[in-house]
Amino acid sequence: MRPFDYTRAENVSDACAAAFAPEAQFIAGGTNLVDLMKLEVMAPGELVDINRLGLDRIEESDGGLRVGATVTNSDLAADARIRQDYPVLSRALLAGASGQLRNKATTGGNLLQRTRCPYFYDTDSACNKRSPGAGCAAIGGETRNHAILGTSEHCIALHPSDMAVAMRALDARIEVQPQDGPAKAYEMDRFYCLPGDTPHIETVLEPGDLITSVWLPAPKGTRQVYRKVRDRASYAFALVSVAAVIEMEEGRISHASVAFGGLAPMPWRDVEVDALLAGAEPSADLFDEAADILLQGAQPQEGTEFKLPLARRALRAVLEEATL
Amino acid sequence: MSLDMKVDGKSKNRADDLAQGILGTPMDRPEGLLKVTGEALYAAEDLPGNCTFGMLVSAPAQGDVTLSNEAEIRDMPGVLAVIHDPRMVRNAAQGTMDEAPVQGVDHAAYAGQAVALVVAESFEAARHAAQSVKLGLSGEEGPIDPQAVETEESEGNRFVRGDLDKAMASAAHTVDAVYTTPSMTSAPMEPHAAVAWWDGDKVTVRASLQMLKYNRNELADCLGIDSENVRLLSPYVGGGFGSKLGISPEAVAAAIAARELGRPVRVVLHRRQMFEVVTRRSETRQHIRLAADGDGRLTGLGHEVLVSNLPDEPFSEPVTQGTHFAYPAENRLIRKEVARIHRPAAGSVRAPGEAVGVTTFEAAMDELACAAGMDPVELRLRNIPEKDPEQGIPFSSHMLEPTLREGAERFGWFDRDPELRARREGEWWIGTGMAAAFRVNILSEAQARVRLTAGGAVVETDQTDIGTGTYAILTQIAGELLGLPADKVETRLGDTDLPPGSGSGGSWGAASTGSAVWLAAMELRQRIADAMGCDEAELTLKDGQATCGNVTQPLEEILGGESLVGHGHVKPGDALEEVMQSTYGAHFAEVAVNDVTGETRVRRMLGCFAAGRILNEKTARSQCHGGMIWGIGMALTEGVTHDRRTGRMVNRDLAEYHVPVNADVPPLEVHFVEERDPWAGPMQAKGIGELGICGAGAAVLNAIHHACGVRIRDLPATPDKVLAGLLQ
Ligand SMILES: Cc1cc2nc3c(=O)[nH]c(=O)nc-3n(C[C@H](O)[C@H](O)[C@H](O)COP(=O)(O)OP(=O)(O)OC[C@H]3O[C@@H](n4cnc5c(N)ncnc54)[C@H](O)[C@@H]3O)c2cc1C
Repeated sequence: MRPFDYTRAENVSDACAAAFAPEAQFIAGGTNLVDLMKLEVMAPGELVDINRLGLDRIEESDGGLRVGATVTNSDLAADARIRQDYPVLSRALLAGASGQLRNKATTGGNLLQRTRCPYFYDTDSACNKRSPGAGCAAIGGETRNHAILGTSEHCIALHPSDMAVAMRALDARIEVQPQDGPAKAYEMDRFYCLPGDTPHIETVLEPGDLITSVWLPAPKGTRQVYRKVRDRASYAFALVSVAAVIEMEEGRISHASVAFGGLAPMPWRDVEVDALLAGAEPSADLFDEAADILLQGAQPQEGTEFKLPLARRALRAVLEEATL
Repeated sequence: MSLDMKVDGKSKNRADDLAQGILGTPMDRPEGLLKVTGEALYAAEDLPGNCTFGMLVSAPAQGDVTLSNEAEIRDMPGVLAVIHDPRMVRNAAQGTMDEAPVQGVDHAAYAGQAVALVVAESFEAARHAAQSVKLGLSGEEGPIDPQAVETEESEGNRFVRGDLDKAMASAAHTVDAVYTTPSMTSAPMEPHAAVAWWDGDKVTVRASLQMLKYNRNELADCLGIDSENVRLLSPYVGGGFGSKLGISPEAVAAAIAARELGRPVRVVLHRRQMFEVVTRRSETRQHIRLAADGDGRLTGLGHEVLVSNLPDEPFSEPVTQGTHFAYPAENRLIRKEVARIHRPAAGSVRAPGEAVGVTTFEAAMDELACAAGMDPVELRLRNIPEKDPEQGIPFSSHMLEPTLREGAERFGWFDRDPELRARREGEWWIGTGMAAAFRVNILSEAQARVRLTAGGAVVETDQTDIGTGTYAILTQIAGELLGLPADKVETRLGDTDLPPGSGSGGSWGAASTGSAVWLAAMELRQRIADAMGCDEAELTLKDGQATCGNVTQPLEEILGGESLVGHGHVKPGDALEEVMQSTYGAHFAEVAVNDVTGETRVRRMLGCFAAGRILNEKTARSQCHGGMIWGIGMALTEGVTHDRRTGRMVNRDLAEYHVPVNADVPPLEVHFVEERDPWAGPMQAKGIGELGICGAGAAVLNAIHHACGVRIRDLPATPDKVLAGLLQ
């Protein structure tokens, strides 16, 4: 770990200004950042602590809920409004990490957690994410927790979050305070970037940009399912996960938004899948067709081929459960 | 004086006649409170003044090593030294090696090897400096794939009799299967740590080690000094599982650095180094063949295995250890080959041999039961040998049948529908499986001292307690013999200034060092009996009172202000040649396999075990629980992934190397079948530490097969593999 300076910001504008400095980085729960600093995968020269900014509240707003960036994963999962109206989010959160980690991990930090690709974590291996242009040791190496959708020849790393998958299915908006200028809000598909030939650029955030909150619109579906497939019963990242928010009307699917974890460099959603489902009558054939659409562009490695049948079956089971 | 005993034959059952009544009880650990309140200081926590901090530098690849920026590193803030010394070691010593492991770090023989030590004023400075070291690595790289090299046959493990091919050809039922298991790691919670300081020519090292009397000689040999000048302290060890059997790189490096700097040096392994520079369990490839007649009686068995290790490592995973005596079969072919490759060194991990060998063999036995259309318990019952199938000597005791019967009964085994895929609950296939457990019993030389004063007794030996309960059982043994309640006995462990115990490993600590304590206390009983003018056998000691015939006297009075010191020394003897000694058990598991995802969850597990006298019912049960949990891990989640290009471990932390977590562990039931094994020494107790893991994973794998019809032969049974089977 490289020596670093530490500042505790007292308000949002100070935080943004401090983090605008070269090599500065926000720290929230620290559950991802500190690990990466210990390994010198990330080596910020200054940490700006954002835990005292008052961003730890969940408030009703604009017909939805506004979740502060430093609300912990535990608190968010336990919130009565979340449990009642956004159960898919509560379940996704509780399926992630461990109780101890969730007590520290925050909403903003979870969105920005880095990939778990072991070669990213190993400074002795080539990684385009860590050092652009260095190459990708994962390709041709040991792959398992890697992406099969949205990858590039430069990077096959996946976004490991559970929470973000549920948020994607819920049409969440990420609210950001830039260092200068007015606040911005991003749909999640505009927030994350696919690797392309710049895998080191993971989001649209600029230096000094602070996530202040996540806004959840009123849910469009009352049937919500989160399913996570993993190597052990707890405390393991998703091999594949599926979040579905479904509404049924007279035996037909009137609204469907389905998001996926364990498959892509960002919490994944395919508009064509949602469009196929909307208005359709649930059936095994329909769900298979949805899986066909989802997986049509998949590019698995030797170690991730199993994700094709697994994602298909998980999607089918989730849709069956949600439309029953 | 000393009471010495070579275990040549049977011992009398004395323990059951003793009066104190604490041996065998589920007594709490005397040090338990210290541990749960954080007052028991582990190696890295107890720092001498003026201590400095070292961090090992690992080489990312094989090759001849040069430190490219050594001068720059020395100039970094807080850095005191960069040590790259020919006495440093390539990897940890093998268990009971008693001499230095391969020394020299000019060459990295495997990716991940420690090649230098950086010492600084703070841990943080040392870690940052170690991470900043630039290494030049050059020269040829050795092979890393065990399947791709010529192998050498390991003669000691070979047994060939009859003609297995012929037996297979003429058998009513056969199994011919290849099983593979991945590299595994001990994964103790407490990382390896050492704090070294010198006083003149003498070095003291507080470290996390399992076998101090060997470790002392190993370290002395590494440093080129006399063993008398080495003192090791390991009062508390936070788990070993084989990884701390031998002296390892951090202790050697700390001692070298402390001498050079003239200050104490602490070196703690990084969690990643816990995977790489301590020994792993070798991956195995096991070809198993079984031939049986129409009644399911084995006529032939084959167990041919391939394991690996670095060149010059004397250890090779004894996969077939249990196969030699588990089942009778006239025609036998048991052999082992070793591939010399450049992955991290292989060594003993949690029940070396049987853990993986019995597990795969018991899965193959399940295949045979299916092939023969026979109940798996019944198949085992029909194949209990009357004497050791290879050596022809009798068993000291053979408890497979009682453990099978009692386990099956308690589990409700016979309620099962033998059909595959017979039970379904929603998405889940439900099935049950069983396996037998075998583990050789080993007695190892040990010494101990017991000092009796008016205030009570003090037990002293360099034996370690690696979290297993040694403090408790040695206290119980001394208390039982001397008629003292537990709070009047103090046990002091983990210091080479004390008499050398057996060390903790191979399940032998309790029975071996326990016997030494027994003998030391027995010597005291004899002296007390002498003082009272009676025979030791007529002496009753209870609650500090001595009774002979109709005379009862307080011990205090007999001692008359003096203290009595007894010394016990036990050695293995002819018993080894006269009888075959093993511990036995039976595992039963119920699993649910998800038809959609291939995920497996163990729903309940029951183990029934026999290991001679149970010295402490609670600590013994905990050992069995631990073994069964490791079995779940072996069956479902555990395995090191080596990068195919470098051999380097890819999943080298506890987030990615999956040991079972609480949610993976269902209610576990453990039952003991009471037994006294007269051949096992004066206490008639055998080792139990490793029995629980032997075969446990097979019960889970066999249950998966029963549940959903998928036979996993490439461990672990992760969802992708089970799903592939379901889709066939
Ligand atoms: C062993 C382990 C297992 C895990 N398992 C799972 C799992 O199964 N599922 C899962 O979803 N997650 C899992 N996690 C990841 C965990 O959810 C994340 O580490 C956590 O959510 C990160 O939140 P944090 O507040 O600790 O972030 P930090 O570590 O503090 O920060 C992470 C990053 O976000 C930036 N950041 C934080 N807050 C803001 C903000 N408001 N604005 C701008 N930038 C910000 C930081 O600068 C940093 O770069 C696991 C983690 C570990 C260590």
